[in-house]
Amino acid sequence: MLPGYVGGIGVLGPGLRNWPQAAAILSGKQPYAAEPTVLPNPSMLPPAERRRTGRVVKLALGVALEATAHADADPAQMPSVFSSSGGDGHICHEICQALALSTREVSPTRFSNSVHNVAAGYWSIATGSMTESNAVCAFDASFTAGLLDAMTQVTVDRQTVLFVAYDTEYPPPLHAKRPIPDALGIAMVLAPERTATSVARIDVTLTDEVPDRMSDPGLEALRSAIPAARALPLMRLLALGAAGRVVLDYLDVSRAAVQVEPCA
Amino acid sequence: MKPMKPLLLAQFTATSCIGTGVAPTLASLAGQRSGLRRCDFETVKIDTHIGEVPGVDAQRLPAELQLFDCRNNRLAELALQQDGFFDAVKGAAARWGRRRIGVFIGTSTAGIMQTELAYRARDPVSGALPVDFEYGTTHNSFSVADYVRRRCGLDGPALAVSSACASSAKVFGTARRMIEAGLIDAALVGGTDSLCLTTLYGFHSLQLSSPAPCRPFDVARDGISIGEAAAFALLERASDQVGGDAILLYGVGESSDAYHMSAPHPEGLGAKRAMQAALAAASLEPGDIDYINLHGTGTPSNDRSESQAVTSIFGPTTPCSSTKGATGHTLGAAGALEAVISALAIRHGMMPGGVQTTRIDPTLTAHYIKENRHSPVRRVLSNSFGFGGTNCSLIFGCAG
Repeated sequence: MLPGYVGGIGVLGPGLRNWPQAAAILSGKQPYAAEPTVLPNPSMLPPAERRRTGRVVKLALGVALEATAHADADPAQMPSVFSSSGGDGHICHEICQALALSTREVSPTRFSNSVHNVAAGYWSIATGSMTESNAVCAFDASFTAGLLDAMTQVTVDRQTVLFVAYDTEYPPPLHAKRPIPDALGIAMVLAPERTATSVARIDVTLTDEVPDRMSDPGLEALRSAIPAARALPLMRLLALGAAGRVVLDYLDVSRAAVQVEPCA
Repeated sequence: MKPMKPLLLAQFTATSCIGTGVAPTLASLAGQRSGLRRCDFETVKIDTHIGEVPGVDAQRLPAELQLFDCRNNRLAELALQQDGFFDAVKGAAARWGRRRIGVFIGTSTAGIMQTELAYRARDPVSGALPVDFEYGTTHNSFSVADYVRRRCGLDGPALAVSSACASSAKVFGTARRMIEAGLIDAALVGGTDSLCLTTLYGFHSLQLSSPAPCRPFDVARDGISIGEAAAFALLERASDQVGGDAILLYGVGESSDAYHMSAPHPEGLGAKRAMQAALAAASLEPGDIDYINLHGTGTPSNDRSESQAVTSIFGPTTPCSSTKGATGHTLGAAGALEAVISALAIRHGMMPGGVQTTRIDPTLTAHYIKENRHSPVRRVLSNSFGFGGTNCSLIFGCAG
């Protein structure tokens, strides 16, 4: 059993512009309408760094900023877990394309931004945070894998942790092999104790039950197409402000059950 | 950082250019032999040296795991076959249960070479990648962790840490948290990174790879030599009565530089913070550390900032060295490889001197050793740092 409190939340995705708007859709107050994800410019980065950032960094920093803006904790003191099912697909495409030519000229900036921990690195630069930061991947299981890593820091080390799960699309021809349709990110501040801004208490356990689905066909399509969106059943409960239990997708042999108790 | 409960390294193995398995690795270290040689990898035309593991291409994967076939997973398979590692995993699974053992593997590029090769074979008309190219089980960072968990039949939590060159040091941190949280009782941790064009040409483009074999802490050091390796350890809760030759993980310390994507903090502030956190987790003082296995890549900036960070905590007398002159920089596998080297240093009472280095940079104040030292080694600190300013220090030691 991994207990903790969800504080600030950040969401960006196709038709999901921020947490308040996403919460209205997830709780059924507004209909879901798919539209291309709009990514903010990371104004928190110095101009030189900002120019170098791709969609992965814009997405991850965008949701991380929304989540931490609404939490009672200083981002510079928060350990973080960044979980993504793949790296920056556009950079990967450009590097592999360059390596397929006889000239093999790889851009040094693209190469240093090709690391899986690129968003964690830029977040640390942007916030001045020198705390530990993990960068993890578990392919389609990445959301729950990252959530478990973050929740163990919350429960074992009693630290308030920023958890960011995010995926971006791969361009053709890789897109045919990994058909992620668009960018989607979810961030949450997870704390060991209840604070003034706590939204809900959660308890995470492993189970082998079948993962929950979304009843709205548009949201269910999103859930199954983008690994970070496997969190949507949990986000729906948080949006409703309701107590309940959801089962999130994870590995072939195990899932995660999350018990949610809202902080009224 | 509160103290951690020490974890037992119930079994460990390493395969790199200096040895397939721990016995040849130890023999190479004892003989101060380097595995680096001039780069003739694949179609690469760069004036540099590499640490290539022999026999990787000839390695085959079991029929049921053919979708995972790529250089990276072949290297992982080759390494898993050494030192009775499969038997040790089987024993742990019988002891703890398959669901109670996690699998956490560090890698920076996994099997990206499959994608590099697929881009050379695109359909001339449509541009499509070859039909038989598999992304998820080869290129994706999780592929090697997924391969290891399937190959070993382990059903506990699993993930890949891909935090550049600190990846397979940081897996020890993930395992520590999961075990202390009670989610698992044991973990198969490690790292695997294999030679590929992305890293060879990428480090070359950043002017960070040396034409000569890398010379950590040398006054004339001018960059890294890229190597490949796979190293694994089985971590378990330590019982009170561990044997006299047991090796334990005493501390994990992690930090970020908050400075630059591809350059270390000039005074090594992030590195210093990671080492201090590891000492605090291990409830040790700097004077308790007998030997430091440095990150020591051989770039002018890494060695300068790491030396400053080490000296600021340990002063100028704690013996330290980098084993990358022997193995090359094995990137995402370096943390796990050097964890195994640290364990060998403790078990055999030998601090490996840094090979390839001729004249130690007099401006670097850390106590760098070039010759092997034979004396009891009770506690070792091992450093791993990476792009994005990610740092991890591990402390290993004997029981008691």
